[in-house]
Amino acid sequence: MADLIQIFFTCIVLLFAFAMGTYLEKRHYKKIKERETLLLDLPSVPSKFEVVVPDANQRARVSSSQLVMGSCVISNDYFKTFIAGIKTFFGGHLTTYESLVDRARRESVIRMKEEARLLGADVIVNTRIETSSIGGGSAGEKNVISSIEVLAYGTAVKFHH
Amino acid sequence: MQFNTGDIVVTNVETVPGKVMTQHFGLVCGSTVKAKHIGSDLLAGLKNVVGGELGSYTDLLNEARNQAMERMLDQARQLGANAIVNVRFSTSSVAQGAAEIYVYGTAIRAESRPQQSSPQPTAQAARQPQQAPQTLQPPRPNPINRPQQPPQ
Repeated sequence: MADLIQIFFTCIVLLFAFAMGTYLEKRHYKKIKERETLLLDLPSVPSKFEVVVPDANQRARVSSSQLVMGSCVISNDYFKTFIAGIKTFFGGHLTTYESLVDRARRESVIRMKEEARLLGADVIVNTRIETSSIGGGSAGEKNVISSIEVLAYGTAVKFHH
Repeated sequence: MQFNTGDIVVTNVETVPGKVMTQHFGLVCGSTVKAKHIGSDLLAGLKNVVGGELGSYTDLLNEARNQAMERMLDQARQLGANAIVNVRFSTSSVAQGAAEIYVYGTAIRAESRPQQSSPQPTAQAARQPQQAPQTLQPPRPNPINRPQQPPQ
């Protein structure tokens, strides 16, 4: 009987996590897309400054340059973690984790761009994106927080106009 | 996560765009170790059920990163630098439940390009294509030895 109650409770939590997780993810993606569209005119590129601006005269017209960064910690919902746990048994694509990483990266890049926008930058060069997992749960460990931290950083360059 | 670097320009490219390097002070770095489970962990655990951003962790890591940056900037100031280039971040977990944030870069002294104050900017600009990229060439040889630390 106690086992049945526990299974029932787990199912309820899974259902709740699935519903909330899906809703929150959709909302987050919507927000990401909106903000990405707003920031389209501020490119962030992983190339060096000399490659981005090959013209030496243009390079001399830099008015300011500064490090900008954006980061976020995002965790998967319980349902997805559960599914991923089952999937690792058989191998293959872990689609549930793909969306997590994708959201975290895009969110951090947006935050970096927003910071650069505040400074009035024209371009972000040498963008680097770094990912690290928080909670450090190795596979098979229980009750770990499956979340990742993504840090995006680059140099915001502003030209004299 | 705006961070004011004060009088020091921080970039993660090899040079300060629009300026030339005149002096080189070597590597400067700063690090902090933060425990992740400070109070907010319970809330993060709950948030973990529905997924989404863990705001308290984001803030915690930003705070730690800013502190590491501050330490790096202090070191650069002590050397008499006015810019730090090639800045890199790295995060590693040193112990269970704790993360180390490490920031490092090269402290340099950068000054405005000499041709900007030159009386014949057009002649300078015409000569440029024959030269190697200006930004990579300091106008005078770098001192190999570190300069004396300014008096405290």
